[in-house]
Parts: sequence; C-alpha cells; structure tokens
Amino acid sequence: MNDQLRPMTEADIADERARFPQAFSRSPKELALLWAVWGGGTALTAYCLYRFGFFSGGFTGGMMKFASVVVVQLFPPKGFEQLPTFLMVIGETLAMAFLGTILGAAMAFPLSFLASKNMMPFRPIQFGARRFADLLRSFDYLIWALIFVRAIGLGPLAGIMAIAIVETGTFIKLYSEIIENLDRKQMEGIRASGGNWLQAARFGVLPQVLPMMLSNTLYMFEHNTRSASILGIVGAGGIGFLLSDRLRAYELEEACLIIILVILTVYAIDYLSTILRQRFIRGQAETGKLATHKPSPPAASAGSLRN
Amino acid sequence: MSIGQNTLAAPAGSADALSRFEAQYAIHRRNIAISTTLFWTAFAACLVVSGITAKFDVLTLIHGLPRTTEFIVKMIPPIKLETFVDDIAEWYWGIGKWMNSLLNTLLMAYLATVLGTIIGGGLSFLAARNLAPSYAVFWITRRVLEIARTVPDIVWALLFVLAFGIGPMPGVLAITMHTLGAQGKLFAEVNENISPLPSDGVRSAGGNWLQEIRFGVLPQVLPNFMSYTFWRIELNVRSATIVGFVGAGGIGHDLFTSIQLLYFADAGAILLIVISTIMAIDMLSEKYRHRLIGKDTLGR
Repeated sequence: MNDQLRPMTEADIADERARFPQAFSRSPKELALLWAVWGGGTALTAYCLYRFGFFSGGFTGGMMKFASVVVVQLFPPKGFEQLPTFLMVIGETLAMAFLGTILGAAMAFPLSFLASKNMMPFRPIQFGARRFADLLRSFDYLIWALIFVRAIGLGPLAGIMAIAIVETGTFIKLYSEIIENLDRKQMEGIRASGGNWLQAARFGVLPQVLPMMLSNTLYMFEHNTRSASILGIVGAGGIGFLLSDRLRAYELEEACLIIILVILTVYAIDYLSTILRQRFIRGQAETGKLATHKPSPPAASAGSLRN
Repeated sequence: MSIGQNTLAAPAGSADALSRFEAQYAIHRRNIAISTTLFWTAFAACLVVSGITAKFDVLTLIHGLPRTTEFIVKMIPPIKLETFVDDIAEWYWGIGKWMNSLLNTLLMAYLATVLGTIIGGGLSFLAARNLAPSYAVFWITRRVLEIARTVPDIVWALLFVLAFGIGPMPGVLAITMHTLGAQGKLFAEVNENISPLPSDGVRSAGGNWLQEIRFGVLPQVLPNFMSYTFWRIELNVRSATIVGFVGAGGIGHDLFTSIQLLYFADAGAILLIVISTIMAIDMLSEKYRHRLIGKDTLGR
C-alpha cells in the first residue's frame, strides 16, 4: 500500500506531460489566439488612452482641478431654504415617470399581442411589430426628449412623451415574450367548455399574463424614475433641469443637495417597488421568472434591456 | 378535534357544510372585490395627482404631436430615384466628420468599459461578503460602488466637464464611473455565489489572499464576468452616444448641435448612423456572448 503512495518524481511528471499535453498547457493555436486577443485589447486600450489625451498634461491637470475645485466645492450641501422647491420638482419627476410608464404600457398592450408568435399567426405583422419595438427602443430617452422638446416645447410633457415612446418599445418586447410563454391548456379548457374567444382571452389568458406584466411595468417605473431625473438636462422637465442649471452656474453645493435628494428618491422607489412586486405576484415567485429581475444578461428579463 | 371534521363525518350536517362553504366563498369574493377596488382607486388617484403635478395637458399634446411627425419627416430630405446617389451624397455631406465622431464614440465606450471593468472588478472582491478582508472594507466598498452607480452617467459627465472642459475625456471618465459602480456590484454578487472549496484549498496549501483570489476564485467567476462585460459594452455604446449632449464628446455632440440649430436633415442622417450602430453592436454582442460562454450558461 505504501509503495502506491510514493512521492512523484520529475520523471513521473514528464511522463504525464507526454501523455496528456493539454492538461499541462494549451495548444499553440489556442495560445496564439489568447495572446492575439489580450495583446490586441491592450494595444487598443493604450491607443484610446493616447487618442483621448490621458497621457497629456490635460488629464493630470483636469484631475487636480476635479479634486481641488469640484469635489471640494460640492461639500457641504447647501440651499436647504430651497428644499420645498426641490421636493416639488422631484414630485414632478416622479409624476413624469409614472405617466410615461402608464402611457407606454397602454400603447404597448394591444401591440404586444400582434408581436407574439402564438397570438399572431400572420408572420410579417408579428415580425414587423417586433422590429418596430426595436426601433423605438434603440434611441435613448434623451434623444427622444431632445426631439420632443423641439416639437412640443420645454417642460415635463416632452419628458413624458419621451419615456412613453421608449417604454412602448420595451413593453411590446417584454409583454410579447410573456404572452409567448403562456400555457395554452387554460384557454383550450375554456373553449372546450363552450366559451367564446373573448371569454378565453379574459379567463384563460389574462390571469396568466397580468401578474407578470404588472411586475415588469413596476420594474420599468422604477427604472424610469432614474431616467426622468436626467431628462431635464435637455429641457424636458423634472429635477434634471435644476441640477444642470446649478452645475452650469457653478453652484455646486446646491447641486450636491439635489444629487443627494435624487439618490434618496431612487432608493425609496427601489424599495417600494420591490415590496409591491413581491406582494402582487407572490404566487408566481416560484416560476423563476421573477428572479431574473436583477440586472443580468438573460434574454427575457426587464433588467437585461437597461441597466 | 375541530367542528369541521365533525360535520363532515355526519351526513346530516352536509347541508350545513354547504351553506358554510357558501358563506366563506362570499367572504372570499368580497375580499377580492375590495382589494381590486382599492387598487384601481389608488391607481386612479396616482394618475390624477401625477397629471396635475406634471401639468399634463392634452391640448398641448394634440397640438404638439403633428409637429413631432412633421419634424421626423423633415429629417429625411427628398430623395429622387433618378438623382439617388447625389441626393444621398448631399444628405450625408458631413459623413467624414460624423464617422470620426462615431469612431470616437465607439472608442470612448470601449475604453470606459475596460477601465470601469478593471477597477470595478478589483473592487468587487472587496465588496463580496465572503471574500472581503474585513467587514469595514466590505461596507465602505459597497457604499462607494453604490454612489458611483446611482449617479447617472450624464450627471458624472456634467461634473467632469466642469473640470476637464469640453471633449471626449470627461465622457470616458463619466462612463467609467458608472461602469465601475455597476460592474463592481454585479461582479460582487457573482463572487458571493461561488463555491468556497477551491479557495479553501488554496489557503490550506499556504496561499495568501491574492493567490486565493487568483487561483481559487477567478477561474469560477471569469465566464460570468465576461458575459457581463460584453453586455456592458452594449450599454456603454448607448451612453457614449448621449454624453455628448453636455459636451463630453462623441457623436452626441453633433446630434445635439444639429437639433438645436434645427438642421433637420443633418439630425436625421446622424440618427440613422446612431441607430444602425446600436443595432449592429447589439447583434454582434449577442452572437459573441453566446459563442464565448454557450447559450445554456446565460442564466434562464
């Protein structure tokens, strides 16, 4: 028994290496590819740093200025006498997010049935609806806001429309994925017991999809409070307008107060939305769909669309 | 022994049981009705309050919407079939300038992803409950990551533009800040879900903290890190197209100026470039993400 556990010698190792070369090192081809990818990536990074002037005095100077002027001037937060105004505008921001989300959901709900494979047998319309949703989604909120500000004018209405348009795209995608995942048996049961198409939709489809849709909508509302807080930077209403105004006027202490308020609001909404989502869809939690609400790459989660 | 079992046992009480079931069911129905009414009332109240706070005005909307369509239509200049090439050439008169901006945008996104991932990835080991050297380090790192992530990238851009002036550098830094916050948090969650056995093994063989991370943790988490990073590039390209709105470089700057100056055709041309880039990046990233780590490992 003891001789089976004798210590390994160099010769043994060489022996093993000859027998299983791939256990010891990668093949030359793999090594070359690995070096090419990492080397290329590093070279590109270095070039980018050079191109954007990170190796110049501009970077060190800017960093010094950022540390000595911006960071120092941000604190302590000031302007507490304007707190009522700020809170009012934060209320406006939340209202923008809410209305935008609801409008988007209302527009997307009928379209999402057109975009799901099991409800829309005519493929071109289904495909077209999906691509339309992608198109709406590809532009950022700020781009839509910029367009709406020029067309409707400055103010929260432009922001609401920007959120509503992007959300229409997002919700078409999310809702149609939910609809495609639904269980047909309940619909068939209702049809078999003599229900018509409308009753099948009302009692066979809606109870299955509504909780998931509600949860996704809440999640996007949460996300949209963040977006709504920056739309004001291009003049589309909300707290972003005050923030960019204070920053551009170099009133950094007041800007700091606004940033803190925004962060607190975002936390509060996150917290509320998590509680509500858990309450609304308690029964569905086991399906595993809800777990994907954390921002993560999986394809069908709301989180994967935005960060 | 409960009363319910008694009545079930006695056939004489079945009528009684039925009526009690009916009563229970009526209560159940009433509860559902009450909660539904409450929900819709609260919803309607929220809607009205929001409408008032955000000064939602249907008339302005009705007046404004046709102008929006008009605006979008004007973004595509008249293109005739006989002079197709010339028309396109005239529409894209600034193609050289815009392509340069687009290259800047892509490189900004790349650089910010690399920098943010390196810094955020490093911090993620300190922000994982199971790997942090001490609770204080864990807590502080978590808060730092939280602040970096919660402040939107365009606000970081505004701040950096104050110090660095107009140009792509503040844009890169702004996206880097947001990326390191987001990556740090996501990576930390990956780190918290690993098996402790390999790193225990490294430690028991006499490895220090760094060796533990390198040989015990990194091989487990790297595939997830890669997938998050590919996904982050996608998001950062979007960010890089908009930080230009506040002067932080990239194609967003060209877009912003052309819309501000009401050069509709230019805006349309740039928007078309932006949208095709974003769609192409999305498709490429998805394809490579799947090839790199296989479709099955992508959550679900």
